[in-house]
Amino acid sequence: MGKLFERFPDPLARLIVVVLAMAALGAFAYFVLIPKSVKDVEMQWADAIKREKARPIKYAGFHVCEECHGEIHNKKKTGYHKDLSCETCHGPAKAHAENPDKTKPVIPTARTFCPQCHAFNPSRPRGFPQINPVAHNPLKPCSSCHNPHDPKPPTTPKECSACHGEIARMKAVSHHVQLECTVCHQAPQQHKVSPRSVKPTKPQAREFCGKCHGKDATDKLAKNAPKVDLGEHGEKYVCWQCHYPHSPEVEQ
Amino acid sequence: MNGRRSFLRGFFAVLLSGGAIEGVLKLFPSKAHAKETARTGKWYGYGVSVDKCIGCARCMDACKNENNVPREPFFVRTWVERYITRKNGQTTVKAIAPGDEAAPEAASDKTILRSFFVPKLCNQCADPPCVQVCPVGATFQTEDGVVLVNEKTCIGCRYCIQACPYGARYLHPVTHTADKCTFCYHRISQGQLPACVEVCPTQSRIFGDLNAAASPMSRFLRMNKIHTLKPGLNTEPKVFYANLDGEVR
Repeated sequence: MGKLFERFPDPLARLIVVVLAMAALGAFAYFVLIPKSVKDVEMQWADAIKREKARPIKYAGFHVCEECHGEIHNKKKTGYHKDLSCETCHGPAKAHAENPDKTKPVIPTARTFCPQCHAFNPSRPRGFPQINPVAHNPLKPCSSCHNPHDPKPPTTPKECSACHGEIARMKAVSHHVQLECTVCHQAPQQHKVSPRSVKPTKPQAREFCGKCHGKDATDKLAKNAPKVDLGEHGEKYVCWQCHYPHSPEVEQ
Repeated sequence: MNGRRSFLRGFFAVLLSGGAIEGVLKLFPSKAHAKETARTGKWYGYGVSVDKCIGCARCMDACKNENNVPREPFFVRTWVERYITRKNGQTTVKAIAPGDEAAPEAASDKTILRSFFVPKLCNQCADPPCVQVCPVGATFQTEDGVVLVNEKTCIGCRYCIQACPYGARYLHPVTHTADKCTFCYHRISQGQLPACVEVCPTQSRIFGDLNAAASPMSRFLRMNKIHTLKPGLNTEPKVFYANLDGEVR
């Protein structure tokens, strides 16, 4: 060792000693002083996964409620709300499931709650049951007519809407809401017995819509209907190629 | 004689250098290799039926409840966008907020051609750009394909927020670390559904293991025409959209 250093000039030998000492110090600090959890990313990730898994659950899940609330569950599972989780309306209920007496889930009663799903919004899929919250029985709580666990219209749909509910719901939020189906369609009695072989009538010509919407319409329903000149408007097309009669949107 | 020797020498040198490059590549965990390995075990995916979404924002509410996301509307792990395409071809996008009154003005707006809701969340990309850019290795992908943030080591530099092409990340105002959808990792690791899937009233949101032979998720992928968001970026999203409009990015 001594011989090796004699080969170098003295200043260089000292420098080598200093550098080696610093390297040794650095290595000591890195391998001994710094704990492994700071250096090892994999270890940090495992920790993070452990922390993530340990987070508390707030929503208990739809299986849990039926254990105690079997009666409501049985009612709900045949209704239109059968695919709704209880916690969709009642909020997170894990705390309630673990300690039923201490915390109670909310029972939303405000008239603003149901319209979050059921207020008319043209972006919603066609046929989804929607109402106009301003015009639909103002100030009455929803639950006074509809049971949220088995929601139905307060009266059983009869006549046309019993089968054609999607059209009926569409019409209910359209300009044609006041019109009976029979204004435009005549359904033979036999249609109710064998719906596919005996079909109701449909308007065939532009003149039919013209009875209300023509320039000089005289029909008593026509008083407030928007009017067009059938001779000029729409060229060769029939009305329902541009206007869906169950939700007629008016062009400018 | 000399020609053959130098040829052989060159030949073996080429062979050796090729091997050396391969060896060097193997030292680093290459992404290309990771992708090719067969996936066994869980590999989570998510399905969104766009034309079932009614825009009720129950999912956003549930996510905030479950994951302690700040209540302010601009901190979200999942959100719902309302697309309005007008007759002049312009499309406007606006994220809805829970408790938003349905916009009645749109019902009488005659310039609207079509309009619909699109739920969005972290796509949990198989090849996530956010993981690539993190300077401290705080964000990473788990074995089952979920991208998580280690909030102990995250320095809040926002690189990942910039890098995410889907805008799925935000800086948590309390912890000052990046935060994002975890597919409710604490729930799914116990066999529960993510909170948003749990509360969705129209089954617009579907969750499951992509490797499972029979699950709502694999049924969803079998029964629908599927698209992902920004497939050209090669991030390989694991959130699949059914009946997606071409305007949605």
